[in-house]
Parts: sequence; C-alpha cells; structure tokens
Amino acid sequence: MSARSRELMGLIPVSLLVSAGFAAVLTTRAQEVSDATLSYGLVFLGLCLAGHFFIRARLPDADPYLYPLAALLAAFGLVMIYRINAELAREQAQWFVVGLVVFCATVVFLRDHHALERYRYTIASLGIALLVMPRLPGIGAPVNGAYLGVKLGPISFQPAEFAKIAIIVFLASYLRDTGDVLVQSRSTPRSAGQQALLFAIPAVLVVLVVLVLGLGTAGTVLLAVFTASLVAVLRERPSVKHFGPLLLVWGLAMLMLLFIRDLGSSLMFFGGFLALLYVATGRLSLVGVGATMFLGGATFFANSVSHVKERVDVWLDPFAPRVVQDEGYQIAQSLYAQADGGLFGQGFGQALLQIPGGGPLLPAAHTDLIYAVITDELGLFGATGLILVYLMFAARGFKTALVAGDGFSKLLAAGLTAVLALQVFVIVGGVTKTIPLTGVTLPFVSYGGSSIVANMMLLALLLIVSDHARKDRGSVQGGLV
Amino acid sequence: MNRQIVQLFGLSMILFATLIAFTSRWTVFEADALKDPNDRRGQANKRELIAQQQIPRGLIKTADGTVVARSLPRGRGEERVFTRTYPEAGLFAHAVGYSFIQRGSAGIEQSRNDALVGEENEFGTIFSELQSEEREGSDVISTLDTSAQKTAAQALGGQTGSVVAIEPQTGRVKVMVSLPEYDPNQIPDRFGPLASDEAQPLFNRATQSSYPPGSTFKVVTAAAALDSGKFTPDSVVDGSSPRTISGAPLANSGGANFGPITLTEALTNSVNTVWAQVGEQIGPKTLLEYMNRFGFNRDPELDYPDGQMLASGVRNAKGDLVDDTGGFDIGRVAIGQGGEEGTTLVSPLQMALVACAVGNGGELMRPRLTERIVGKDGRVDERLQPVEQSQVMKRETAEQLAGMMSNVVNEGTGTAAALEGIDVAGKTGTAEVDNATSNQAWFIGFAPVQNPRMAVAVTIERTQGQGGTEAAPIAKQVLQELLQ
Repeated sequence: MSARSRELMGLIPVSLLVSAGFAAVLTTRAQEVSDATLSYGLVFLGLCLAGHFFIRARLPDADPYLYPLAALLAAFGLVMIYRINAELAREQAQWFVVGLVVFCATVVFLRDHHALERYRYTIASLGIALLVMPRLPGIGAPVNGAYLGVKLGPISFQPAEFAKIAIIVFLASYLRDTGDVLVQSRSTPRSAGQQALLFAIPAVLVVLVVLVLGLGTAGTVLLAVFTASLVAVLRERPSVKHFGPLLLVWGLAMLMLLFIRDLGSSLMFFGGFLALLYVATGRLSLVGVGATMFLGGATFFANSVSHVKERVDVWLDPFAPRVVQDEGYQIAQSLYAQADGGLFGQGFGQALLQIPGGGPLLPAAHTDLIYAVITDELGLFGATGLILVYLMFAARGFKTALVAGDGFSKLLAAGLTAVLALQVFVIVGGVTKTIPLTGVTLPFVSYGGSSIVANMMLLALLLIVSDHARKDRGSVQGGLV
Repeated sequence: MNRQIVQLFGLSMILFATLIAFTSRWTVFEADALKDPNDRRGQANKRELIAQQQIPRGLIKTADGTVVARSLPRGRGEERVFTRTYPEAGLFAHAVGYSFIQRGSAGIEQSRNDALVGEENEFGTIFSELQSEEREGSDVISTLDTSAQKTAAQALGGQTGSVVAIEPQTGRVKVMVSLPEYDPNQIPDRFGPLASDEAQPLFNRATQSSYPPGSTFKVVTAAAALDSGKFTPDSVVDGSSPRTISGAPLANSGGANFGPITLTEALTNSVNTVWAQVGEQIGPKTLLEYMNRFGFNRDPELDYPDGQMLASGVRNAKGDLVDDTGGFDIGRVAIGQGGEEGTTLVSPLQMALVACAVGNGGELMRPRLTERIVGKDGRVDERLQPVEQSQVMKRETAEQLAGMMSNVVNEGTGTAAALEGIDVAGKTGTAEVDNATSNQAWFIGFAPVQNPRMAVAVTIERTQGQGGTEAAPIAKQVLQELLQ
C-alpha cells in the first residue's frame, strides 16, 4: 500500500471519532439534533479529506501517519470544544479552514525547507519580535499576570505559538553550522593526576559553597550537576566565540521569564533549545550546564518576582485555605474534575462544567484545562489514549529526523517535534500539578486560532522535511519505506 | 545525530509516562481524598453537591404511602436543579430531616442520602452509563405511620416533649415525634432564627435529649436484679421511707411508708427506697452490664445520622459518660436519679427500646426508620429485615418483668394508660427538675402484654403533672391508634 493510501486509512479512525463523539454529546444533551450541529462533523471530515488530497498531490512521499494523527487530535479537540460550547466549536472549525489554508500555503511557497536557512537571522529577529510583542504598550496586556497575548484591533493572537517555530528554524540552522565547532576538542591529553585535580578542586569548592550558603538538597544537587557539567565542558576547552550562543539563549530565556513572566513557555523554548543543542553536539555536559542554569535562574525568579513566586506556591499547595478559592482555584478545580473522571470517565458530555445559575466551575475549560475535561469525561484510559497519540506523533516526528539526509533537516524535524512534545508536557503537566500551571495550549486540541494555525504550519514543515527525506531514500534504495 | 534523536524520543516517553502517572494519581489514587469534604484536599470540592442538586432525589414516604419529601425541578437544560419540598411540613421534621444545598442535610435525608441520589456500586454505575440513563434517586419507604404520628403530635398538644413508638418484634419505628417541631420547607430561608430559637425546634428530643428518666429506669434495674438471679418478683425488701442511701436520706413519692413488700408491689407503687436498695445490692457493675445490653452508653443502632443521636447512660457533672469505677451513687442511679459523680440521663428512643426488649421476650431488635428502598423502575433495591441487636435478658425474666409492668397499668401508677380489651404493661416516671419546681413526666410501656406488637415511650418537659397523669394518657392514645 502506498504511503498516501495508508494516510487515507488513517483518517478512518478520525471519522469514527468525530461521528461517535458528536453523536455521544448530542445524545447526552437529548436536545434537538439540528442539521447545523451535525454538519460540523461533516465539514471537518471534508476538510481532512481535502488536506489529504493536497498532500497526495504536493508531498507524495511524506510520512503517512503525521497528518492523520494531527487530524485525530484536532477531531478530538473539536468534539470536546463542541461539548463545552457549541459556538466556540463553530469558531474552531473556521480556524481549521484558516489553518489548512496556511498549511497549503506553506507547502506551496516553501517547496524546499533548506530555503529557510538563508533567512535564518531574519527568522530569528522575527521570533524575538513576536515574543516581545505582548509587552508593547497598547497591543499587549497581561492575562493572569503573564504576557502571552496580543490584541491588534479586532485580531488577537498568541505570538509565542508562532515564535516557537521561528526559534526552532533559527536554532536548527545555526547549530547545523556551529554544532561541531562548539565541541571541537582542543584539549591535549592530560595525566591522571591532572584529571583528578580538575574534578577535585571544583568538588571541594562546591562543598564549601554549600556549607557557607547553607543550600538545601535541591540547591546542592543543582550546584553539583552544574559544576560537574561545566567541568566536563571546559575540559574540552571550547572557544568562547562558539560557546557564546549558549549564554545568549540562556539570557534570552531568562529575559523571557522576566518579560513574559511565564515559566511554562520559557521552559518550552529553552527545553527545545537544549534538545537541539544535544542533538547537534551529542554533549550531555552542555545540556547539564544549560538545564542547571535555567533551573537556577527560574528558582531565583521564583523567589524574587512575586508573580512567579505565587505561581510556585500555588503549585506546591493549591489546597491551602488561603489560595484555594483564589489563585489556587483553577488548579484545584482541575484536579477535582480529574478525580471525578476515575478510570473510565463519566462519558462524553457528562462532566460538570457550570455552576447552575452561576459562572463556570472550571475556568478556561476550552483552553488551559481542556485536558482536565477530557480526563473527567473519558477517565484515565481516555487521557492515556490522548497522551499516546501525542507519543505516536512524536515518534513519527523523530523518525522523520532520523531518515532525513542532512543536518539541518534532522535538527529541524527533531526540534519541531521536541518543542511540540514539550508543549504537551508543559500544559498537561500544569493541569496535573506535575509542574506549575501556565497558559499554553494543548496542540491541535485546545481552542484557539493561533494555536491551530501555528501547529498546522509546524505540521507542514515536518511533512516537507519528511517528503524530501523519504524521496531521497526512495531514490537511493529504489523503493518506498 | 541519530543516537541523540533516539534518546530524545526516549526522554519524551519518560516525560509522557510522568504525565500519565500524575493523571492516575488524581483519577485513581487520590481521587477519594479529593472528593472527601473532610479531607484538606477535598474541602473546596463542591462538585458532588452541585451534581446532587441536578439529580431528582427520590421520594420519602411513610409506611402507608404518604409522601413526606419530594423534589421539584427549577430551571431548564444544564441549569436545571431540583429543590426539596416537604408536603407534611413539620409533622415528620425530625425523623425525615431536610436536604438543601445551602444548609446540608439531616435525618433520613442524610442517613439515606446514597439511596436518595441513586448512588450505586461502581459496576451498576458503569452499566447505567452504558444505557445512558439519567441518574435518578431511589425512593425511601420509611417505617413511620402517618396517623399514629399525627395522633402523638396532637396528644402532646403543644407541650414540649417527645413520643417514640417501636414494634418490639421487628424494630420498626412507627412514631417519632419531637415538639416543638419546625417546618423543613423554611430551612433555606429561616435557618438562622430556627437555630437560635430558645425553644430549640431543630433539636430532636426523641434521639438527642438527655432527660432524667425518673422511675421508668426502675425497669432497667428490675431486669438486672431478676436476670442476674439475685432477686425474684416475690423477693421482699423493706419499703419504709425515708431510708439512708449513700449517706443521704431518700424518700418515697409523697413520703409513703410501705414496710416490707415484694418487688412486684414495689414496681406497681414505684417505691424508691426498695429499688434504691436493690440497686445497691446488685452493684454498679451489674447495672451497667445490663444497661449496655439495652443499648445504653453508645449511640442507638438506628439508621439515623450519628450527629443527631446521643448515647443514654450515667453522666457526671461534666456531661461525660462514666463507668462503674466512677463511684456514683448507685442507689439513686438505679431509680433514675443521681448526683455529681453520675446521674442517669436518657433519650425517649432509648427508653422505648427498653420497653421493646421487655416486650419481645428479652430480645432487643435493632431499631430502624427505613422499611425498603425502591428504584425508579419500581424494583425493590433493598428490603430491610428485622435484625437482633442483643439478647438483653432471659425469656423468663422478660415474662416476669412484663407481668410486673402490667400490674403497674392495672392497679398502680399507670392506670391512665389502660386500654379497653387490650392488656397494657408499662411504667411511669416523674423526675423533678429545675430545683423541684417542675417535672419531667414519663411513661414507657407495651401492648398487648401476651403478644406485644407495640412499645412506646412518652415524655413531657417541665410539666407540673406526673408521669401517670400526663404521659400515660398520651401513650394510651398512641397505642390505641397503632393497635386498632
């Protein structure tokens, strides 16, 4: 079976899910089944098919699973959003049209993703500009203390969704060039004694610092890992010239923490950077330095910036009577909703979302907390299924990186996949109290135009890389994988 | 690079596994704590309350089919909620209680909440979900008797007090009246005034009160005396008055001087000095042992909220229950009085259970307010069967005691409870309260003596009359209503 036929087959579960989902929600509501509501499902399936035929025409060799997996997630999201608010589902369906148009446009205009390398600094500047936008007076405003949204006249969007793609494109291109140089060993072999001293002296220093500053367990571990990683990096004596970008990006991430005031998106960007750095250099020590510096910086901000500190306190104990009706309300309600779900969930359309005669019981159910609604209605099994779909998507994304022929393609595919996986971790982790809750969307599932359009763009890039890679391999091996 | 990419995928797997682990933490491992309003984590969780408001709660009916609690819908669609209404207003207020989201619940509404909201086991819930049925509560059919309840309330005639009637052979509670009553329909709007009302209308005197039982307690003492083998109904004890009991003189009612008389005569005429001596001779250990068998010293085993029941027993000045090491005045405790170290304090429910045990050949049946639970499809979910709570005394002892108690109604202090054509056994009680300025009047008894079908306890707070003149006539009316 050809790749495209497999893709078409992959859309069958999507159509089943859409039909079953809408039917379930409608049955539960026992309301008049209007033609308009049912047509959402049909229109959505039509869009999926249109996308498929477009890929068949333009990207015949692309990975056959990425597109159906994304469609599955989107279908899932559409049903959930419809269940939360029918009007929002209509808007979401419209955003899908826009997303699909952007998807096609990306494929049409960017026949070869290597073209992006030529504009890497333009793209980087664009990415940073996007990130700074929410802080510009007049168009940006904080939501829950975080600067994530921009309002330009009638259009409001979340620039960070697009910035993540720009930053990954830049890093992939930059690290392709400098990755090897970054770790090129300039060291001469040392004697065993010198080796021992190299590690012994910092070790003693760490012990002294821990004792003098009276650091706790977390601080001690952080410092120890940082020092060990730093020593390992310095052993290879990298040139400062090439080591600079690491510091630069770290500084940028810290600035983002300060500017955006959002731990989640900072974690997403910096995590994506570290992932690419690791893929490019293969040096865990570099990741160690970066990760500990980020954690150190985050801890510092957590203690000094009141907004961040509050988030962390609420994360550690959302049930404290002082916060449970206030800052801790959202996360506490999220956990209550999940507790109601149990193993198998309450069924589509059964979750309690509104206080009768009052406001919403679950704040931002269609965006931040959509995972909690899913868990409530489909239980641990449904939620696990959703996570597994993301895992399969990640598997296909990394597979694309594996089969890609050149460094840039590999880094681009790996980076895009990593940042998407991280985004899932950041929001689901927030909703499940694994990490502090922040306002990023669940890719393809949450309500939101920026999220849909940006992720469709990300999908387009992945498919372009995949199409090229598999075409090359196909021509070499004389067959399709 | 490929090695790193594979490792990156490995890391993604670990991160996603962490997410699944945390999801299972909230959905499974800590779910109960998150739903438990008494747990710190579940305190702010209003989901169950909101959800229950959206379920049509089952009806509560009396044994004769009168609806005493029903749910009415308000609003439509997802906004629809149900509120409770009580067609019989105050008549069943204390037994049935109330259920409102603003004020929580009480009575049967609380103790049978799971059935009323249709809570089923995990399997049943999944099954009905597959059928996508709307959750609906089951109906609770109580053991209460509408006309007897009315008779009892009317017979009390506005006096503060309580009437409890129970079938000795089955434990079915047929009457539970506590006056003053309240209208449960007013709970949402008038809870504050009702709670602070000096007459304490929210207080269920049938189950929560601790009244001095007066001479009705002599039935407990007699059961211990006869069943322990230390006495027979014909044992002769000196009934002169006054006599020194625990270093202080104790007089008979009206100072009556009896001389040596049998225990049967001493019960018929409620001779304090005789029963105080009997108490001294059997000792606190034996008396408390028999009290325990009657169900004293712990909450009654009624299907009713624990928070609305109080254990009867011997309580010290601080209000704590004491045991036989407390050094209380056993002679006075045995006649339903006492002192600083311990005084007998009881609820009408407990005294009705004392009458039940004697009336049912010494076998005490567990009392209950629920007859059966009926699902919305008409299928009986649960039918409660009579269960023995304890064997309080030997059958012969119970028969001897029943004979002594029928003498009380035939020729003693309880003649006002006598029914035409039906032998009634009973015991009166009059406890002086408020520095002997008023009385707590009592009557406990059962009928017919040969095959008791109904036991009753009546008490009136702060009356000038006696148990025999005030409480016994009410018991008579209630027994008549229930036995006709």
